[in-house]
Amino acid sequence: MSSYDGKLVMMANQIGRFYGPQKQVDPATAIATHIRKFWDPRMRAAIVAHLDQGGVGLDPPVHKAVERLKAAP
Amino acid sequence: MSLVHETDYGTPVSKSTERVTLTIDGQQVTVPAGTSIMRAAMDTGIQVPKLCATDSVDAFGSCRLCLVEIQGRAGTPASCTTPVAPGMVVSTQTDRLKKIRKGVMELYISDHPLDCLTCAANGDCELQDMAGAVGLRDVRYGYNGENHTRQEKDESNPYFTYDPSKCIVCSRCVRACEEVQGTFALTIQGRGFESKVSPGASFDDFLSSECVSCGACVQACPTATLSEKSLIEIGQPEHSVVTTCAYCGVGCSFKAEMRGEELVRMVPYKDGKANRGHSCVKGRFAWGYAHHKERILKPMMRESIDQPWREVSWDEAIDRVASEFKRLQQKHGRLAIGGITSSRCTNEEVYVVQKLIRGGFGNNNVDTCARVCHSPTGFGLSQAFGTSAGTQDFDSVEESDVIVVIGANPPDAHPVFASRMKKRLRQGARLIVIDPRRTSLVKSAHIEADYHLPLRPGTNAAILNALAHTIVTEGLVNEAFVREHCDRDAFEAWAEFVAQPQNSPETVGLLAGVDPAAIRGAARLYATGGNGAIYYGLGVTEHSQGTTTVMAIANLAMVTGNIGRKGVGVNPLRGQNNVQGSCDMGSFPHELTGYRHISDDAMRETFEVLWGRKLDNEPGLRIPNMFDEAIEGRYKGLYVQGEDILQSDPNTAHVVKALSSMECVVVQDLFLNETANYAHVFLPGATFLEKDGTFTNAERRINRVRKVMTPKTGMGDWEITIAIAKAMGFDMHYDHPSQIMDEIARMTPTFAGVSYDLLEREGSVQWPCNAKAPLGTPVMHIGGFVRGKGNFLITEYVPTDEKTGPRFPLLLTTGRILSQYNVGAQTRRTANVAWHKEDVLEIHPHDAEQRGVREGDWVRLQSRAGETALRATITDRVAPGVVYTTFHHPDTQANVITTDFSDWATNCPEYKVTAVQVSPSNGPSEWQREYNAQAEHSRRIAAPNSAKIAAE
Repeated sequence: MSSYDGKLVMMANQIGRFYGPQKQVDPATAIATHIRKFWDPRMRAAIVAHLDQGGVGLDPPVHKAVERLKAAP
Repeated sequence: MSLVHETDYGTPVSKSTERVTLTIDGQQVTVPAGTSIMRAAMDTGIQVPKLCATDSVDAFGSCRLCLVEIQGRAGTPASCTTPVAPGMVVSTQTDRLKKIRKGVMELYISDHPLDCLTCAANGDCELQDMAGAVGLRDVRYGYNGENHTRQEKDESNPYFTYDPSKCIVCSRCVRACEEVQGTFALTIQGRGFESKVSPGASFDDFLSSECVSCGACVQACPTATLSEKSLIEIGQPEHSVVTTCAYCGVGCSFKAEMRGEELVRMVPYKDGKANRGHSCVKGRFAWGYAHHKERILKPMMRESIDQPWREVSWDEAIDRVASEFKRLQQKHGRLAIGGITSSRCTNEEVYVVQKLIRGGFGNNNVDTCARVCHSPTGFGLSQAFGTSAGTQDFDSVEESDVIVVIGANPPDAHPVFASRMKKRLRQGARLIVIDPRRTSLVKSAHIEADYHLPLRPGTNAAILNALAHTIVTEGLVNEAFVREHCDRDAFEAWAEFVAQPQNSPETVGLLAGVDPAAIRGAARLYATGGNGAIYYGLGVTEHSQGTTTVMAIANLAMVTGNIGRKGVGVNPLRGQNNVQGSCDMGSFPHELTGYRHISDDAMRETFEVLWGRKLDNEPGLRIPNMFDEAIEGRYKGLYVQGEDILQSDPNTAHVVKALSSMECVVVQDLFLNETANYAHVFLPGATFLEKDGTFTNAERRINRVRKVMTPKTGMGDWEITIAIAKAMGFDMHYDHPSQIMDEIARMTPTFAGVSYDLLEREGSVQWPCNAKAPLGTPVMHIGGFVRGKGNFLITEYVPTDEKTGPRFPLLLTTGRILSQYNVGAQTRRTANVAWHKEDVLEIHPHDAEQRGVREGDWVRLQSRAGETALRATITDRVAPGVVYTTFHHPDTQANVITTDFSDWATNCPEYKVTAVQVSPSNGPSEWQREYNAQAEHSRRIAAPNSAKIAAE
């Protein structure tokens, strides 16, 4: 994993650790929404490309969120 | 133009709602109960002679000039210390009073140097005025008796002189230091004839004393005893212009007192609603940078960063910027360039930069320096309350009963607000400080925190959860408020979460290094002590859980009902003067003005229609993302307005790498700052004294900045941005910044009512300012939250990824000092260096001893990101295991050490937690030597003739 991808994975997992415990929202949906709202399209494309290569390092709800991003960028 | 004269009512206003009617010199007057006779007289236009009274401090009754006669009362009481009473009949001018006053003035003048014609206060001296007012024509005692007229001046302070020969010992300076500033640095030393104003101990002068140089004493002095050196040098001003300070987020109003286009002095404006007539050393005195010899006044450019700069015309520089940016977009795509706005610039300047980028560059790669300070505040509060701003005005603190200060050091970073807070604390409000360091607020003159929670850096969220745990499990919830104003389901989920054992003070205390009993005590005090107000700073936001902590603060305010009225609230203390404004103005990459997301088609289309450009509906890059993309080779051009990203952003080596990877870096600033070392075009900026515009302070107050002198560069900053836009084919036409504000108001619901005309009439207003609130909104969320129901969010503590270990066993946290400001670009170029000429490392005696470090030694400070060297100071202000430094000096480059870990929601860097090692050193590091050599090389400016040769 490149250092660029590694940083994106870390950032996505950080988002996941906030939304994971929230009871009012579906964590994967909330994570995907947050990334969609605040990440530049190149960063989103890069995390989706990382998913396509196996998604190493992505925490489970984040993995699911990136799958949703892939389906609806 | 003329001087802005402010009425001195002699004593402070009474806030009583009870009204009292009396007669003064035959005129009936009705005033609030508790008003002094002196003030009541002034209300009717009757000036009672006075010397020791001024309305910024309580009455003292020592000068005996303001005596009056009251029907039915014996004697001649002082009008300043005598309150009005119903039916009272007062005479301020009688033969008896005239005689007494003349006698008093004779005594004063018999011990005063009669050098009025050559005195700095000539024309602005209350003693001179009173001599005239009482008709003094002769001094029966002569001038040869024992006197003080040969006493030596104290000229140690760089900004003002203390000349005891002119002192009348009225104690106004001493009382201003106590009551207005709250430092208690001055005293009257000696008794009787020996009485003398003294700073600190008898061996101190002003500079060595604890005086913080706020200027309150100078302002209060009725004679030339305490005088600004600039006034002594230049002479009395002939006109003044009210404007707003360009330093911190308090946003103080000042009168810029001028002679022609020369600034004589900055005097705090009593009608300024943020500062109420007070000031600090920076706003009052540290404006000399505006004409510092290092200021760049002509545009410059160069082909590459190893070449010297060469001065060029404005047209040449603007053409170069436009052609380079267009070339980069053609070669690397539309998204390859962007820009950064600054919180040091006006709302209008920020607005046109984001408009240039969105409309002219055709992308949303615009971010603001608030990214690296308060971006978590915007996101956190919007999720909890529905607005991205603090909830109160500064006046609100006067009604607080419990004040909680988290991760903020107001006496250093927001000194004028700190003085107001300290005044309330001296009146009896209780204080809780949550901070790794024992800041001066924890214990200072007449102030002592009830609780100081000296938490381990990085554990804010855990501590706030523990406070909430106590409130929820001990039955301290304000059920009525929660039921009426908050989302019930969200509250219940949150209450269940915070009640869990891992959030108990006993568990959190262990990991945060705080006494659990103190956590419980602080929680009980905040929940039950009356009006509870939370003030916080970058010690909250600049963490990987910055946003989480902001949300946790909002949760605490909601669960205790401490929101929606005066005296309470959630109050982010903004670092720079226009942090709030730069965020409001749509300079975050994902949103347009008023915090509306760029993907909102209907809203975006209104801008498209007005600007005549199709706008990108995708969020752009944030500052840290810009650096990453630059290193990846996809981001090639950057326009930086008024910001020094190389010194202020974390992980300097990473920033250097990013800037070096770009092909066109354009810096618009006053000086060749550190970022300019990697720039290709330099556009000289204007100081706040040279521009019209507005700043929005930490309390959402929109305040006018007024031009007091012509821009030394020939162009205002907004004009430069517009010129770039035009050269890139995006014409935006404004004749004056007021027209930019008109456009902002038209496009932004929360600013709909704002105009320069309104600001002229009202002085300032706090947004939202629109049809619902035509004069603005001092306190938000009264009767309900902007988002509807208040939203409790679960704030689980997640430890930072930045870990200590054997290699890096200490935690570094960074902050500010009173006399310096941010990266120091302005204050380092003033006499403020007298107080702080270099950054030093604070280290606990235990950690210092283990490492063999003594006071003043050079030490090497090393982290995973880099290393630097600086001098150490040994203090128990920091806990064992924690070290602290400031980031004001490029010679130290504290951000070489900080990492690029950041807040989960906003990418705000985690400046406040870096694992480090400290070891003895012989002096500056190799990196510092190389950096300084590169900086020196990069700042070369070619002589005009050699530039011509080079061009040929």
